[in-house]
Amino acid sequence: MPHRTVYEAKIEHLQILDEDGKLDKKLAKDTLNDDQVIHLYEQMRICRELDEIAFKLQRSGRMGTYPQNKGQEANAVGSALAMKKGVDWLVPAYRENAALFMHGLPMHYVLVYWMGDERGSKIPEGVNITPLSVPIGTHMLHATGIAWATKVRKEKDKAVITYFGDGATSEGDFHGAMNFASTMQVPCIFYCQNNQWAISVPREQQMNSQTVAQKALAYDMPTLQIDGNDIFAVFKAVKDARKRAVEGGGPSFIEAVTYRLADHTTADDARRYRDPAEVEAWQAKDPLIRTRLYLESVGKWDDKKQTELEDRAKKIVGEVVKAAEGIEKPHPSDFFNFMYAKLPRDLAEQRDTMRTSSIGRHPEQAGLRPQTAESR
Amino acid sequence: MPEMTLVGAINHTLDLALASDPDVIILGEDVGLNGGVFRVTDGLQAKHGKDRVVDTPLDESGIIGSAIGLAIAGMKPVPEIQFDGFLGPAYDQLVNHAARMRTRTRGAVTVPMTVRVPVGGGIHAPELHSDSPEAIYAHSPGVKVVMPSTPYDAKGLLLAAINDPDPVVFFEPKRVYRSFKEEVPEEPYEIEIGKAKVVNEGDDLTVVTWGAPVFQCLAAMDELPEDVSIELIDLRSIYPWDIDTVVESVRKTGRCVVVHEAPMTAGFGAEVSSRIQEECFLHLHAPVQRVTGFDTIMPYYKLELEYLPEAPRIKKGIEECLAY
Repeated sequence: MPHRTVYEAKIEHLQILDEDGKLDKKLAKDTLNDDQVIHLYEQMRICRELDEIAFKLQRSGRMGTYPQNKGQEANAVGSALAMKKGVDWLVPAYRENAALFMHGLPMHYVLVYWMGDERGSKIPEGVNITPLSVPIGTHMLHATGIAWATKVRKEKDKAVITYFGDGATSEGDFHGAMNFASTMQVPCIFYCQNNQWAISVPREQQMNSQTVAQKALAYDMPTLQIDGNDIFAVFKAVKDARKRAVEGGGPSFIEAVTYRLADHTTADDARRYRDPAEVEAWQAKDPLIRTRLYLESVGKWDDKKQTELEDRAKKIVGEVVKAAEGIEKPHPSDFFNFMYAKLPRDLAEQRDTMRTSSIGRHPEQAGLRPQTAESR
Repeated sequence: MPEMTLVGAINHTLDLALASDPDVIILGEDVGLNGGVFRVTDGLQAKHGKDRVVDTPLDESGIIGSAIGLAIAGMKPVPEIQFDGFLGPAYDQLVNHAARMRTRTRGAVTVPMTVRVPVGGGIHAPELHSDSPEAIYAHSPGVKVVMPSTPYDAKGLLLAAINDPDPVVFFEPKRVYRSFKEEVPEEPYEIEIGKAKVVNEGDDLTVVTWGAPVFQCLAAMDELPEDVSIELIDLRSIYPWDIDTVVESVRKTGRCVVVHEAPMTAGFGAEVSSRIQEECFLHLHAPVQRVTGFDTIMPYYKLELEYLPEAPRIKKGIEECLAY
């Protein structure tokens, strides 16, 4: 028999809550209860508020470049709820703000970060999050490593989730992270937010693969495509993957089909490369719209509650902006002080004198008068 | 006290570190059952287990990237990169992630990691197996760079590196791996990163070098007339480096030759030379002389000794500097 099939695979797609807010009750069993849905809806709405305000802060010159999360919030909140806060690790890119907040990162940290201040990444003790990662597709290896440590140390009931975009799956380190995780069978969840665009390059041009999910087949990893704007599907997929991970079943891959409703960042203008009709079509699939429709359909939401939530979101974000803008400018010594646990003497001298120029540093050689701090 | 080669001393030190600290983990290509292509990790997997001495997939960026994760989770990874030229694929993880983590999180997330890399030429190896990239990493704030040249120093610096809370690139001059033995104490000891060693005291001229060229410098010194007194400094640490020891020596001798295998332009010798003119200007009797690899691609091994700063070229460099 010269030819035989040695491998067969299929990729399944999971959707539980459709874009009209209609829930597949059978699939929704053992996923989210209505209180959880309300909670997630509120988190998404508050995050959306932060996003809009962050955009305005940038436009008014109060903040630097910012990448909006708009349209992708279901991925963040659904996955964050499925992961164990304070135990599991979140290894993010930069479009998962709501997940970070749900796992304990104070909201103003994200603004502080995009305001050009490293203290926005000074993750508080006990919050198991790595800092936002701007270089694309390289941080997933860190997730693999953290999960690997969990396995070596035989830590029970602990897993890692890492987020990245469709563009990131073109990077070599994506494949390295997947291969290491698969080879070592570590408890890591690879969560791809396939938002269709890597700045201006559409997914179809990013890869010839029909799905992103199938890339995981090469690593023999359980893989699934889900509707990423559906909090039920997101929660279920991550919950199942986490269960598998902590039970020793190794890593999993999730391709969440979603859409970046805003520009790539505030420095981008997506009108240069995107068809407005496409954006409009995706606006109708907004996770906030369908979640609200669902809650209204089960009598758990109304206009009054919506107004209350919007007021609350405004108030929360107002405080967050105040906290971010209220932080005093860091001292220049900060960019020296954290280079090493113990600062090399030469570096301490650069810090203390704020100079690298040499003449005058040893005035005795040139017969110069020693300079004082004032004359420098 | 046992006598050890450089390979033996590093193996012994890794064994000590694995035995004394459960957080230490060795990872790399062929480091397990095979004991590494230079046999530096020989026997360690059999003794400490497959979980602690791990054969990884063939992916340098993956090795350093996953080691970063191990370190973030509180372990002390000691990844091995098989050859100097293959550190390139891991550059991004090392410089853009490991080096920056402490400062970009203002101390909240740190990467204690020791990246072991065989370095340099002189062993008739194939291409990309003989490079000296130390200046690249010395120019990358956030990592430390060391290159011991002797078994004794290797042990002390390796323990210091493993216990250092920051990423350290630990270059092992492969030409020295089995070239000689010396006594190495069995008990643990550290040599402070950033401290040079005066190999030979002298008054007429200072030679500053590191790695395998230390022995070429000694050979060159043997060929000089007996009344010429050379002070030889083995830098051992490339970043941070021992400016004080070098400056003190050159202020005494007034002349300096810097020797390294890497290309001359923007090599670490340029930094040493620059600091000497800053700190010793009125003490200098001659410009600082550099005897280094050429600003070319490292040739294949038929011509490697013509490329490397071998004893005759170093001797000539010393003589020229003395005659200036």
